[in-house]
Amino acid sequence: MSRRGFIRGVGIGGGALGTGLLEKEALAAPPAGGKTEGPGPVPITLNINGKPYNLNLEPRVTLLDALRNHLDLTGAKKVCDRATCGACTVIVSGKVVYSCTVLAIDAQGKEIQTIEGISTGNRLHPVSAAFVNHDAQQCGYCTPGFVMAAKGFLDRNPNPTLEQAEHGLCGNLCRCGTYVGMRKAVLEASREMKGGRHA
Amino acid sequence: MPNYAWPPMPSRKVMGKPTKRLDGPQKASGKAKYSSDLNQPGLLFATILSCPHAHARVTSIDTSEAERLPGVTAVRVISPAGTEVQWEGTEIAAVAATSEEIAKDAIRKIKVRYEVLPHVVKEDDLSRVGNRAKAAGEQVTGDPDKAFQEADVTVEGHYGIPVINHCCLEPHGQVVEWNGDHINFYPSTQNVSGIGGDLAKSLTFNPANIHTRMQYVGGGFGSKFAADRWGVECAHLPKMSGGKPVKLFLDRATEMQIAGNRPSAFAKIKVGAKRDGSIVAWESESWATGGMGGGGMPPIPYVFTEIPNKRLRHSAVAVNAGPVRAWRAPNHPQASFLTCSALEDLAAKLKMDPVDLFDKNAGLTARAEVYRAQLKKGAEIMDWKRRWHPRGESGSGPVKQGMGLAINTWGGGGHASQCRCNIHPDGTVEVELCSQDLGTGTRTIITMVAAETLGLPLGAITLKIGDSVLPPSGGSGGSTTVGGVSSSTRKATVNALGKLFAAVAPSLGAQPDQLEAVDGRIQVKGNSAKSLTWQAACRKLGANKISEMGVNDQRNPQGLNSSGVGGIQMADVSVDTETGIVKINKFVAVQDCGLIINPKTAESQIFGAAIMGICGALFEERIMDVQTGKELNADMEFYKLAGIADIGDIVVHLDITPEHDKRGVVGLGEPPVIGVIASIGNAVANAVGVRVPRAPFTPDRVLAALEGRNS
Repeated sequence: MSRRGFIRGVGIGGGALGTGLLEKEALAAPPAGGKTEGPGPVPITLNINGKPYNLNLEPRVTLLDALRNHLDLTGAKKVCDRATCGACTVIVSGKVVYSCTVLAIDAQGKEIQTIEGISTGNRLHPVSAAFVNHDAQQCGYCTPGFVMAAKGFLDRNPNPTLEQAEHGLCGNLCRCGTYVGMRKAVLEASREMKGGRHA
Repeated sequence: MPNYAWPPMPSRKVMGKPTKRLDGPQKASGKAKYSSDLNQPGLLFATILSCPHAHARVTSIDTSEAERLPGVTAVRVISPAGTEVQWEGTEIAAVAATSEEIAKDAIRKIKVRYEVLPHVVKEDDLSRVGNRAKAAGEQVTGDPDKAFQEADVTVEGHYGIPVINHCCLEPHGQVVEWNGDHINFYPSTQNVSGIGGDLAKSLTFNPANIHTRMQYVGGGFGSKFAADRWGVECAHLPKMSGGKPVKLFLDRATEMQIAGNRPSAFAKIKVGAKRDGSIVAWESESWATGGMGGGGMPPIPYVFTEIPNKRLRHSAVAVNAGPVRAWRAPNHPQASFLTCSALEDLAAKLKMDPVDLFDKNAGLTARAEVYRAQLKKGAEIMDWKRRWHPRGESGSGPVKQGMGLAINTWGGGGHASQCRCNIHPDGTVEVELCSQDLGTGTRTIITMVAAETLGLPLGAITLKIGDSVLPPSGGSGGSTTVGGVSSSTRKATVNALGKLFAAVAPSLGAQPDQLEAVDGRIQVKGNSAKSLTWQAACRKLGANKISEMGVNDQRNPQGLNSSGVGGIQMADVSVDTETGIVKINKFVAVQDCGLIINPKTAESQIFGAAIMGICGALFEERIMDVQTGKELNADMEFYKLAGIADIGDIVVHLDITPEHDKRGVVGLGEPPVIGVIASIGNAVANAVGVRVPRAPFTPDRVLAALEGRNS
């Protein structure tokens, strides 16, 4: 089955993390006004980190490939390419999604937040800072995905228990084994973010 | 000769202090650029067409349609007609195109015909592999037959641990660009110094004309040393594509199929002992596969090598599956699993606490006192004596708790490494060596050593690694990096500082050997009144920078690093006997070490190793299909790794003591991964009362063992 067919079948919810946040919207979303796009490149506008980007992309290009190959926003990584590992995690309209399984064309009109958009200048976002403080990273390839998953989770659950935080991060995988630091990092970040110092 | 010895433990100001990894902010903000992140102008994307069969002969290959596809810039046949392919995933052809999507389209347009040949892909049942098993000669020590006759107790068991994958999150691959007759090579590697030479050999090309660079690598675990076929292909494609740079990274399925795995190990083991637990005899019939080239031979009996009477037989089984690569502590986890499982079974038969059994037999190891102390420490952290119970005596409820133990050993001496330290007249300090930071914290520890030596803060050191123009340093394998780079850095910085002392001594009215570098100043030893700031001291250099080398000589590390550690792991698990699900309650790693430069990243290595081992104990297995010869889980859905909620409570104890500090730096990336699977397997047996003979300890295997079925 092609990626396009797969995604059409399950809607954008296919890219949502295990919590099923986007399922309702996926059901409600009509297929692009009934009109067929492509297969050649079509103009696409993506709103990423508060800025519009105009691109000319084939409709089959995923949001992840659009970010990495066309916009040089390479914080999100391509690892499993099948919505399993979470290394490509970004936040779309406030929700945590796997960008490898969302088409760029379907992400139009939504606010896309990537790892590149959450730190300001040299000041790290409190989630990133907490990951550094607790050594919640080794090779670092899963880290941007985890940071975005943790941010998305904490935005919605500002005061989690450890168990809830673990549930919130269970859609991401790390191979080096940095979960011990991550547990501490997420809880520290929740305290920092609540303090409003980095809102 | 200058004194390179490490400063005494109590006087260290930087080394030994838990320090955040220096590249942490780059990684945690997504700014770190891995080779797979590079986007040169005009970059082309390459993809590999791989063989869908486990064993086949290519009878014809037609690339014409792919070549005609708009956007395709180059098509290369890797396995021409007539090639016999020995495993699924073998590279057949490569395509470069202006986009990833077009490259994939082109791959689908290549027509390959195969003559499918018979395959063998599973080795767990030795009686079914036919002529694929090659027996190594029998090894006999002492008189095992007599010893077994005289033993008070013997146990026999069979045990198995499957092939597992490296599953590096950044797949293998590289970007290659040509610059006239030079190659710019950006691989994902553990071996920045050496990989260019490997590529040159395959290309029959002058290695001096290959410039290799890499700042970050997304995991290697032993699988990323060579340039590989995909590296060679990627170097050819730009030439055929008008000189544009080409990026070729394996997709996940191919990564899992051909880019690295750890050999399996299976064994029937018999152990004989006296009633007091002293082991007197060992007999094992083991087999393993590492693909077509046979596999690793686990060194058993592991650690307890001095068992007086032994008979060992081993067979290497050739299967039609991707070839083995070094995997974090090659052969040791398998050996620890086979050995410690058999010893736990012996303890259970003797109704003996395995801690006592291991302690009793510590004399059969190379470091009895280390292990005895560690068993004591581990038992204390684990509250072992209170929580341990004899096998199977775990209450009447459906969820059974159990404890298990295993043991490790490793080398970890420093590899060959050269380092250059430049001190500039403006006070800038550069430390340069062609090493790489796998995520182990190498950047941080090099900088800490330099800062310690020069009496400067970490921020005053500019570190350059990951570039083949820098002084060569070894590949990162065998836990040899930390010893190598810390020693060469120490020597280079001591040498450079000596030159600086010579330059400033006259103005301080002292001899160079009376000076010291402390807190950003150069001063007469113990006399801060006679001092210069670092900047003022460096200005005395006039127009000339200092540039000094330091070399770690593996044959004579001069006490800066050494080799040889031991460690133990203990697991406390709960097993639901209704569902078969194993849960880790607590895991303890007590690890021998030498001088620890950065306790924070050192601990992270051990936490990471424990978690990697938990993945192997509960989830990881390469699953091959007997009928089709295909790898059924060449992905991350069904090749499972532990998530954050699967790992229980992990406690790390590092033996940081003045006594151990005297050994110098010893690598510890590998040893703590070794005993994890074994300790969890033993804890499961202790919990449920029967041995679950094969890892991973998945619900189906646990339930099968409980019902007395073969799993």
